[in-house]
Amino acid sequence: MKAPDFDYLRPASLAAAVAMLVEYDGEAMPLAGGQSLMPMMNFRMAAPEALIDLVNLSELRGIWVESDTIRIGAMTSYADLKGDAAVQKHIPLFSLALPHIAHDAIRNRGTIGGSLALADPAAEMPALMLALNANIEVEGPDGARMLSADDFFLGMFETALDGELIKAIHIPVAKSEQRFGFHELTQRHGDYALAGVAIVQTSNTYRAAFFGVADRATRVPKLEAALEQNEDITSVLAHLNSVDFTDDIKANHTTRQRLAGVALKRALKGMTT
Amino acid sequence: MSRYIDISLRVNGEDVRATVPSRLNLVDFLREELSLTGSHVGCEHGVCGACTLTVNGDTVRGCLMLAAQADGKEITTIEGLAENGQSAQLQAAFTKHNALQCGFCTPGMLASALGYLNTGGSADRDAIRQHISGNYCRCTGYQSIVNAICDVIEETSI
Repeated sequence: MKAPDFDYLRPASLAAAVAMLVEYDGEAMPLAGGQSLMPMMNFRMAAPEALIDLVNLSELRGIWVESDTIRIGAMTSYADLKGDAAVQKHIPLFSLALPHIAHDAIRNRGTIGGSLALADPAAEMPALMLALNANIEVEGPDGARMLSADDFFLGMFETALDGELIKAIHIPVAKSEQRFGFHELTQRHGDYALAGVAIVQTSNTYRAAFFGVADRATRVPKLEAALEQNEDITSVLAHLNSVDFTDDIKANHTTRQRLAGVALKRALKGMTT
Repeated sequence: MSRYIDISLRVNGEDVRATVPSRLNLVDFLREELSLTGSHVGCEHGVCGACTLTVNGDTVRGCLMLAAQADGKEITTIEGLAENGQSAQLQAAFTKHNALQCGFCTPGMLASALGYLNTGGSADRDAIRQHISGNYCRCTGYQSIVNAICDVIEETSI
């Protein structure tokens, strides 16, 4: 199907983009790479009154190494992240995950900010942000603020953004005492995950974020604690019972829970050294 | 009139100016306005890869990009890739290996394969399969397509 009609706007500055969002009073959506939003519009799952194309906001594109964080502009594409030496060196989890995000043709246009703002429950980026304990810098009519990834994802396609745009993402630089793991199960390489998990281990503590399993990317605090206490895998996996697993045409909640366990076991086995 | 956008772009080396509806996909613009029917429209949600073409040298999905977003860009469709000789070797290998039957996926498959070659992809069959996993083919079972791409890489690397 084709997308329904909409106004197409291309602001020249971040301030103008925010003003346009205000003007449309919640009926406009920002357009980043469009690699998830365009299909949703073609399916008529999304029908914004206007698209505000952020393509000319060059300040939203770039990767900056700051003292102990990497700052990534919201409009930075997956292809740019994948090819960036600083990202490869300082965010090893990205090198594990990026090859699983769709295919070259999608990665050339899809952006990190777009993925986070849309908050598709099966997308990799929200889970990576949770595992990495990232901060998300946003700007709206009332100014700028910083949100932690833990406070950002509120539900299926639902975030804490309140008439705001994502400006940049701040990711802590990997430390020598950290190890990283990632595993994703799909029907076909590059498809949305049936179940996946991203893990950051710092000394003996864990942040493990699942995706594709529930209404949003999800950490399971009790499961993380069980990993920290070095419990056997059966009791670690038992904590998945607290997740409200998704039922859909590809997998029911029982299958999804099993797949989440498989993904976790494989990710733990393949942790970076 | 933000529901109609003036765009100017280069398509296969030629300057094009047009006024397009905001909702018009790039691939529909190329097919219906410019009669460049080489890029095919399959799933219209970025999954099948039949509409794959290049924008400023990068492979993209023509169905996930608006014509309005192509403003100022340089587009090369399969017609352009064939004309400038970039896809000639791949085309010959596809013919030699019977890497197509109905041909619907072929333009997108060639554009994707070319992206793989241009980024220095290796003749590793698993890597090739992974790369073209974004392009559906319902005839060949992919074996012959992988053979063709492998062939080109091996020939070029000699």
